[in-house]
Amino acid sequence: MNSMIAQASERLLRPGGLSTTELERVFARLMGPGVDAADLYFQHARSEHWVLEDGIVKEGNHSIEQGVGVRALAGEKTGFAYSDEIVLPQLIEAAGAARAVAKAGANGVGQPLAIRNGRALYRPMDPIDSLDSAGKITLLREVDAFARALDPRVTQVIVSVAAGVDTVLIAAADGTLAADVRPLVRFNIQVIAEQNGRRETGSAGGGGRYDYAELLANGRAQAWAREAVRLALVNLDAVDAPAGSMPVVLGSGWPGVLLHEAVGHGLEGDFNRKGTSAFSGRIGQRVAAPGVTVVDDGTLPGCRGSLNVDDEGVASENTVLIEDGILRGYMQDKLNARLMGTRSTGNGRRESFAHLPMPRMTNTYMLAGSRDPAEIIASVKRGLYAANFGGGQVDITNGRFTFSASEAYLIEDGRITRPVKGATLVGSGPEVMTRISLIGNDLRLDEGVGVCGKDGQSVPVGVGQPSLKIDSITVGGTAA
Amino acid sequence: MSAEIANIADKDASLAELERLAEVAQDVLRRCRAAGADETEVAASVDVGLNVSVRLGETETIEHTRDRSVGVTVYFGKRKGSASTADLNPDSIAKTVEQACAIARYTELDPAAGLADAARMARRFPDFDLWHPWDIDVERAIALGLEIEDAGRSVAGITNSEGASVQAGQALAVYANSHGFVGCERGTRHMLSVSLLAEDASGMQSDYWYDSVRSPGDFQPAASIGLRAAERVLSRLGAQSLSTRQCPVLFAPEVARSLIGHLLSAVSGGALYRKASFLLDACGKRVLPEFVDLIEEPHLLRGHASAAFDAEGVETRRSALVEAGVLQRYLLSSYSARKLGLESTGNAGGVHNLVVRSGPDDFAAMLRRLDTGLYVTQLMGQGVNGVTGDYSRGAAGFWVENGAIVYPVDEVTIAANLRDVYAGIVAIGNDVDPRSHLLCGSILVERMTVAGA
Repeated sequence: MNSMIAQASERLLRPGGLSTTELERVFARLMGPGVDAADLYFQHARSEHWVLEDGIVKEGNHSIEQGVGVRALAGEKTGFAYSDEIVLPQLIEAAGAARAVAKAGANGVGQPLAIRNGRALYRPMDPIDSLDSAGKITLLREVDAFARALDPRVTQVIVSVAAGVDTVLIAAADGTLAADVRPLVRFNIQVIAEQNGRRETGSAGGGGRYDYAELLANGRAQAWAREAVRLALVNLDAVDAPAGSMPVVLGSGWPGVLLHEAVGHGLEGDFNRKGTSAFSGRIGQRVAAPGVTVVDDGTLPGCRGSLNVDDEGVASENTVLIEDGILRGYMQDKLNARLMGTRSTGNGRRESFAHLPMPRMTNTYMLAGSRDPAEIIASVKRGLYAANFGGGQVDITNGRFTFSASEAYLIEDGRITRPVKGATLVGSGPEVMTRISLIGNDLRLDEGVGVCGKDGQSVPVGVGQPSLKIDSITVGGTAA
Repeated sequence: MSAEIANIADKDASLAELERLAEVAQDVLRRCRAAGADETEVAASVDVGLNVSVRLGETETIEHTRDRSVGVTVYFGKRKGSASTADLNPDSIAKTVEQACAIARYTELDPAAGLADAARMARRFPDFDLWHPWDIDVERAIALGLEIEDAGRSVAGITNSEGASVQAGQALAVYANSHGFVGCERGTRHMLSVSLLAEDASGMQSDYWYDSVRSPGDFQPAASIGLRAAERVLSRLGAQSLSTRQCPVLFAPEVARSLIGHLLSAVSGGALYRKASFLLDACGKRVLPEFVDLIEEPHLLRGHASAAFDAEGVETRRSALVEAGVLQRYLLSSYSARKLGLESTGNAGGVHNLVVRSGPDDFAAMLRRLDTGLYVTQLMGQGVNGVTGDYSRGAAGFWVENGAIVYPVDEVTIAANLRDVYAGIVAIGNDVDPRSHLLCGSILVERMTVAGA
């Protein structure tokens, strides 16, 4: 037994008197006429967060959730039930409910469980215990004082830290036995600055799959505080955003949320199996300008979107989605891969044991090009430089996306001039991807703040890109 | 001061389950008192549901859901700690209490912390007719889902489906605190929905329709949901962008309520005491045109957010939020009220049904009033800055000329400052969408910037 499985079994199975032997009994109950796949997903999630506001650490919260999700699959049909008690009778009951999805067909047979090893992208530890409570309080107070001292216009500071660890054990009728212990830490700061009666907000933060020591190493918290204050002050001087169609230069890093929305979701296996994505049936075709290469990479050490194994026990991969503008592949979970006659790419993810897995992104980013970012700005006569974004949304079917800039500037005669207020960009993913004309040499991943929502389920993800120029996109400001 | 569970009429397993939750809550209160907490509050809940989805005439998923949760907040003087667990066995409860107390040793003195005033706890627990369990089994749920999807797919031009779903849900919740308050609530919520696709030379479009009710008897006919979704998606085919312009904008009821939602956020205590609102110090001032009233109606029968008490046990009551366009009060919890030197308005956890008083116009009359402008049926993305009121969102809908829909519109943004949007409301229709706790008809705004290709 590998050590990850030993650690997960100790946490998840032993307290209820279970072992992998009993799991085979559950599969005997799950597999039956018509059921051709089934899995059990055991999860224990511990998390905490601390919040400072008005100069005092006023809130702390600790939470524990655990349970087991039981899924039976028959062709395209899925039966699902879960229990928050991990004991045999509840498992058997849930198995009975899940397998009711199938009535007739060949008798499915469970394979003997065999350990599938995952990657080792992060340490299997509990980050909550990596810093004592007093240390967390001190940190929050220091960052608060630091941010307030940066500029007298700062009137409000909200700082928070969150940490947690997810322990999961996955057993499937195809013989998969896999486990993962997934730490995750996150720091966030929001400031409000005031000048002549006008107020603006700025926020920054980051994190990943490591402990508090790494989260706070090299003055990262102070750097985020500086960034939040800088953003609020920039916005204090912002003028109304322009309205209309124009060239837009996107900054590196978090603006990669554009890729996530404009193409990422459209390349998830479920939408393509069902033919409901603007990218359905387009493998091998040109979907982006030459030079555009986009990957979904769950194998980056310590990154927020990374996984040793996905939530179906498949080791994460680095999947090429678009290569030099040509569509190469989709992101798959087991169900959609089986129905499309391909293999899982390790993108089967779920919010928790109480949710069904589906194809989801991990860390999605565009590879670097060769241009100097300054050269890209200089190429624009009149346009927008969108340095930073809030969030976005996409309509998978027609590829239409929307996202909102949190830091943007006018470009006039090849030079960045005035900051403009949060403009919204809208466009069609498939069209915008063909209008990428210059790609920077400054690829950067985001700081580790992304949360992706799909069908009501949230999972942590990463995004990234180099600076890039889109020849024409609609900017939704108020200034004509 | 304990809620009489017995005043809930029906007899079924839910009452016994509510009693068990109330016992768990009482147990938590006892443990916290023993641990030395000065004040404690606890919220315990159990949600049970059946979700069935079908797609292209076949069953797709059958989900049985059951979620439990207990959250506890303790106050040692003015220091606060909280913890939660999904596991209701005594060991886990004991650990959760320990965690909350441990956290309160580290949080700092917050003068505004604590329970709501004991004198404000609800004493009456009327029956708002929220409990209507749907006695539906998997087979019948599948049949109903198929009926909805078939109705939509039978419409010429519908080429694909993202499926129809049938959801039956029951929620039980207990809130108790160390004032001796114990409040029990139970409610059902059921949903039918379908999402369909159509395709022509211009590309693919999808749209959906749904209904959400407390009692299954209140559903629109299943087939009409499928037909409405089909009609909506077919009307989207051939959508085009607009050139950039200023024009009037009519918000369909299902998106108009988001404008009201932004106003509620801006007058909520949390945004106000942080000075993170574009409506600071607006109480007593005009925020909407004179013909607009917003009334909080917490006691609506079968209302989506009806409740006798808020998230702190404070009694809810019917009261105006906006009268003749003038903001009458804020939305405050006891915490935000103390921060602002005011009294709780019974809005911990939000607003308990808000009725936007409508004018005499039905939808057709609203279209005539719009005359020439953009009729918005979908909004996308965030794009709302609550601190400044700057608003810029992706939109889709229809271009309207002389009161008649001319063609579908896509890939545009609409932008303005929300203060100007509110001041520029010309009319509110009587075509109220009943599927939300924000009961609002279509809203016509005099002028916004529409940006497009």
